[in-house]
Amino acid sequence: MTYAARRRRDMIARSLALACTGAVLLPLVLIIGYLIAKGITSVNLDFFTQLPKPVGETGGGMANAIVGTLVLIMLACALGLPIGIGTGVFLAEYGHTRLAPLVRFCADVLNGVPSIVIGIYAYTLIVMPTKSFSAYAGGVALAVIMLPIVARTTEEMLRLVPSSLREAALALGVPSWRTTLRVIIRTARGGIITGVMLAIARVAGETAPLLFTAFGNQFWHHGLGGPISSLPVQIYTYAISPFDDWHRQAWAGALVLLTLIALTSLSVRLLTRGRFRTVR
Amino acid sequence: MAGDVLEATWTAARRATGRGMAHRNVGDRVFRLVTATFALSLLAVVASIVVVLCYESSDAVRTFGWGFLTTSAWDPVQREFGALPFIYGTLVSSLLALAQAVPLSIGTALFLSELAPSTVRAPVSFLIELLATIPSVVYGLWGIFVLVPWMRSYLGPALQGTLGWLPFFSGPNYGVGMLTSSMILAVMIVPYVTSVATEVFQAVPSQQREAALALGATRWEMIRTAVLPYGRTGVVGAIMLGLGRAIGETMAVTMVIGNRADIGVSFFSPASTMASVIANEFSEATYDLYVQVLVEIGLVLFVVTVVVNVLARLLVWRVAAPAAGAR
Amino acid sequence: MPGETKLDVRRLDAWFGGTQALHGIDLAISEHVATAIIGPSGCGKSTLIRCLNRMHEIVPGARVEGEVLLDGQNIYRMGVDPVQVRARVGMVFQRPNPFPTMSIYDNVVAGLRLTGQRRSRADLDEVVERSLRQAALWDEVKDSLDASGISISGGQQQRLCIARALAVEPEVLLMDEPCSALDPIATTKIEALIHELKGRYTIVIVTHSMQQAARVSDFTVFMYLGELIEFGPTERLFTTPEKKETEDYITGRFG
Repeated sequence: MTYAARRRRDMIARSLALACTGAVLLPLVLIIGYLIAKGITSVNLDFFTQLPKPVGETGGGMANAIVGTLVLIMLACALGLPIGIGTGVFLAEYGHTRLAPLVRFCADVLNGVPSIVIGIYAYTLIVMPTKSFSAYAGGVALAVIMLPIVARTTEEMLRLVPSSLREAALALGVPSWRTTLRVIIRTARGGIITGVMLAIARVAGETAPLLFTAFGNQFWHHGLGGPISSLPVQIYTYAISPFDDWHRQAWAGALVLLTLIALTSLSVRLLTRGRFRTVR
Repeated sequence: MAGDVLEATWTAARRATGRGMAHRNVGDRVFRLVTATFALSLLAVVASIVVVLCYESSDAVRTFGWGFLTTSAWDPVQREFGALPFIYGTLVSSLLALAQAVPLSIGTALFLSELAPSTVRAPVSFLIELLATIPSVVYGLWGIFVLVPWMRSYLGPALQGTLGWLPFFSGPNYGVGMLTSSMILAVMIVPYVTSVATEVFQAVPSQQREAALALGATRWEMIRTAVLPYGRTGVVGAIMLGLGRAIGETMAVTMVIGNRADIGVSFFSPASTMASVIANEFSEATYDLYVQVLVEIGLVLFVVTVVVNVLARLLVWRVAAPAAGAR
Repeated sequence: MPGETKLDVRRLDAWFGGTQALHGIDLAISEHVATAIIGPSGCGKSTLIRCLNRMHEIVPGARVEGEVLLDGQNIYRMGVDPVQVRARVGMVFQRPNPFPTMSIYDNVVAGLRLTGQRRSRADLDEVVERSLRQAALWDEVKDSLDASGISISGGQQQRLCIARALAVEPEVLLMDEPCSALDPIATTKIEALIHELKGRYTIVIVTHSMQQAARVSDFTVFMYLGELIEFGPTERLFTTPEKKETEDYITGRFG
């Protein structure tokens, strides 16, 4: 092959790689663009403060959905964070035991389970015995999804704490468990929190596991033992409905949801910039 | 003076550690027990998922046996259940998605690891990761109102005009269907395949690249000789990871695939996947056997995704680990 | 002994980002001889040799100013493609780096294949035998040419890399501390190789071992802190160095 032909091939290959990158970024631009274009006009005070109007009527908002998502996230944290962080601490401190690889493997398996299967799990665990859709069931489903994320990031953050800190504390006569608790975890506190925020960002957008656990509610929820609305489920319900006004609100809801998730992810990035590796 | 300071520090430390050796051992043992309990809880959760899925589908498994996976009749009213349409739908939509996503992802990964200047690399990686944070339901919303009409009015007719003689592009085009859902799936799995592939390529030792360049290779020739062969295994792992994601994806697929329990050859035909049928019908399942059947589909979904993900991890580790331990 | 000037380095400066690694190097390397570059760690000898085949600029932020004339033509002139320079000026690295996914045979012809040359199988066979003979490896691997390039010992891998570099028939062969990762026996074999190769090629070898420089080279360059301190026939430089720094280094006062 002539030299010129080789140069040509090189140019073509480089252009193709650039084109692939452009093609990959194009949907991002399109999606965010459409979200803003179609949703921004509907994101008004009514959206945040009003309940959905009855079927067919225009107007109303998604106040209950937004509150519902917050409630579900709090429930998920209450259930999932202790086990998640505790597991992370175990993996970081006792990672050399025989139990640790098994736990890590299970966490990885859990991470890959489709969220709808976890919805089935929460359904059989909570909804079937109580014969009711509930916020508890939704919270359990989301907690299970959070578990592996929190466990893995906690372990990684704890491992990043330099061992010299531990040695200094031990040399002072501080017992090992106290060292872990007061020195290591305290030092890694920021990183652990960012891991939790990542998990929240992930879980806030989950729809499938809520479809038959939290189920959905056009009104305010009555306690945590009954069905509760959530932003993703509301968006879904409105999107597949035949009503134009609901479509409009679905766009608004999607814009709000994506903004919340993006803000959370961005603050994680800013907080971890330079200090820790960004965790996937 | 120094002696006083030392004395004070030592007393304070002794107080902090409690009274002597016995206490320390107990504290450590309790701590270990507590954290191990949390870890075991995670194990228990995973185990209970398996148990629950098996138990709650046992009636259906007993009733329909292996034929469940090969029968295509799906009529809940008549109590006829066959999962083949959903297995077919999952497989075809995922493979179509891979066919679109993998070349783009590898091209992008090569751009990021070999060709992009360092100032460009970070923002582009960030933007691609942003794609991964968009919730499935938002993809679905965009799919319904933007992609489906576009498929119906522009892309579909264009494909039928050029490739309509193939059975894959025959038949009516409603906008929703296998092809549309595969396109959304492709966009959703691109960030995962790209990020793993980029890491795989970056793990190629620079000595290998330099060896090729020193022989007088152009950048592309260097990539072909040193980077791609070295990263072969890892890229397969990245593809499997993408496959695992595509198989389990629910909402976006449900919203644009048309939800018909049918096996159609054409890519334009509406279809259904294992995940989408569960999403659509679970809350409408009015009798026990119906629920059991859907749980059984969930069990199949669970097994398939776990197997694919485990394979993917094995492949990626085999590339990343030697590179990390390399000279 | 000294022939024409093959490589003429003029006022060469090189940077890694903001740090200057080479200061105003002027050096004329003769054809068909072996020139050694010696000096303490960090003196810039690797940087200098990598400027001779435009490998220095691969590192992000690296920069070169000045001229390097190959047969009178400046390889750093605007419009010159490094790809073509590297086909004429080959390089062997500190650690052997055969391509792990290729056989010995494929490794040797890698340079020919990846630059898109179409040769018949018979042609390639001939190139493989010729290059491996020149690298004094033929007898050891001729019956296992299909074995993986990394299945042989370190010393053999390095000779394989030499064969690979020679297969594209360069005019100059640069060697960046080629024996530092090898045992003494392998080192001896490669040093013997250099004696044979310099008849056909121009060799420039960076070495941290003065004894090696004394053994293999006709000319020696002594560098310190990015500057060329002294250059001359090896024997004279080692017995009657002109500069004090050279003498201090040779007598072991530093480095």
